[in-house]
Amino acid sequence: MGKGIWVFAEQAEGKVRKVTFEMLSAARKIADAKGEQLCAVCLGKDIAGLADSFAPYGADMVYMVTHDLLAQYTTDGYAKALCDLITKEQPSVILFGATVLGRDLSAKVAARVGAGLASDCVDIKLDGSGNITIRRPMYAGKVYADVIFPNASIIAASMRPNVLVPGAPDASRKAEVVTVTPELSATDIRVKVKEVVKTAAGKVDLTEAERIVSGGRGMKAAENFKMLEELAEVIGATVGASRAAVDAGWRPQSDQVGQTGKVVSPNLYIACGISGSIQHYAGMGTSKVIVAINKDSEAPIFSKCDYGVVDDLFKVVPVFTAELKKMMAE
Amino acid sequence: MNSIVCLKQVPDTEAQIRVKPDGSDVVLDGVKFIINPYDEFGIEEALRLKEKAGSGKVTLVCLGPARCVEAIRTGLAMGADDAFHLDDPAFEGGDAIATAKALAEQIKKMQYDIIFCGKQAIDDDQGQVGVALAEFLNLPHACLVTKVEIAPDKKSCTVNRQIVGGEEVIELPLPCVITTQKGLNEPRYASLPGIMKAKKKPLVSVKAADLGLTETGTAAAKTKGVNFSLPPARTAAKLIQGESPEEKAVKLAKVLREEAKVI
Repeated sequence: MGKGIWVFAEQAEGKVRKVTFEMLSAARKIADAKGEQLCAVCLGKDIAGLADSFAPYGADMVYMVTHDLLAQYTTDGYAKALCDLITKEQPSVILFGATVLGRDLSAKVAARVGAGLASDCVDIKLDGSGNITIRRPMYAGKVYADVIFPNASIIAASMRPNVLVPGAPDASRKAEVVTVTPELSATDIRVKVKEVVKTAAGKVDLTEAERIVSGGRGMKAAENFKMLEELAEVIGATVGASRAAVDAGWRPQSDQVGQTGKVVSPNLYIACGISGSIQHYAGMGTSKVIVAINKDSEAPIFSKCDYGVVDDLFKVVPVFTAELKKMMAE
Repeated sequence: MNSIVCLKQVPDTEAQIRVKPDGSDVVLDGVKFIINPYDEFGIEEALRLKEKAGSGKVTLVCLGPARCVEAIRTGLAMGADDAFHLDDPAFEGGDAIATAKALAEQIKKMQYDIIFCGKQAIDDDQGQVGVALAEFLNLPHACLVTKVEIAPDKKSCTVNRQIVGGEEVIELPLPCVITTQKGLNEPRYASLPGIMKAKKKPLVSVKAADLGLTETGTAAAKTKGVNFSLPPARTAAKLIQGESPEEKAVKLAKVLREEAKVI
């Protein structure tokens, strides 16, 4: 057995983020090929109920790191608890989800333990010599590169949600569960979380959404996004926006998809009244199926999408929504 | 308020990036370079803090080749007071964490209340430098910040930052590192007098040896990009045909269910 491949199992309010299972499935193959143990590492408070979530996706071992001071995410608290465990157990690979939390924590941990870190990656595999190579987009997806880790004793990566395909869970798999109590004191945590404001309660975040309905300049006004919200409601999608729609003040900045907004990878991306600038494409080009509805047949998006409707979105979308509603009810 | 802003020069967001035929690297010849857009938010915020306090300094720190002088001068023209340019072939081939280490050695010699970094550079897209810099300076940090308020006693600041599904308000002691996100402010343009003044502002070139660093660049990098390639091109869209928008809408729904199988 090697030193172990770790997957940081991100949870929020007692729910494990989906990217955790995606990473466990991908890492299981690496662990098998390298003869290493696969460990899920979950941090928090009152999380004991999650301990059995990871074995079905391939974990051999589960570290449940619990402490009152981990109830809420702080970089200081999480980094200390995780780095102390890394120093003790010496894993060879650590994967994080490329979420807001995962990207923050992975950079802190890599700097502290001297790991090599690749961020926002889309694939992990072994090369012919059994070395880990990780694929990641650069220049907002205009270029892809393979990353190798020539001088790193620990390999770390954050993996983009929704890209790796989770395997079917195997309920018969069991894992050894180890509870860890980290040495943490209040003085370790230098920042104070004063308030958490939920702007989209119950909505799936754009970066994790499997379906996204996005609107651009062609939406013409903030109130017209109601039409997209209705469509999104029917198919369980999250609403996004282009930079033009955000700059016009129709949507909050947190909804922006693109090079200076969020990078998303849903199964289905429906772009309504979006011309498809290179910067917008950079944010959604890895979506599995892209649909564009735009009355301008010359819009660049039609050369970069899978299905296009050249017509007035104000006439297409309501009928499209009604039709989908019928289908979903079948 | 004394602020430090870390600055990177990157290809314009409009730039078409090409790859060498052997895939060993990207080709940046003829590409237009700009200040990393996220770093501009940092410059703007630092200038506003200085203006509000009525005193202090804004210092730029940039690591990169000679061409970066243009980006640094633009930052000085926006209103920054002086700059340090970590410009040495020894830094070449460094990854994000090696860069953070070099920046940290420079910043350790400086006096400051707050450090701004862009949340990520739009070329490498790693988003590691700000966080790693904070670690190497043993400072607290906050990422993806859209609002900064300095406490009256200048001993702490309260920031709003984006999290999944909302926003978090956190308080950090100063000095600290802030990574900036769109929404923080609207960066100003350099004025003509600003551009004239920028030419005379101090810009100090720093070598690896000045920082006492023996391992930099490729030697310090723990990651290396290889096999650069362009993403597979999507073929042109299958256009849904129909007599009316309503007919197209119905056909689109059908094709997404039966052909694409995504509904």
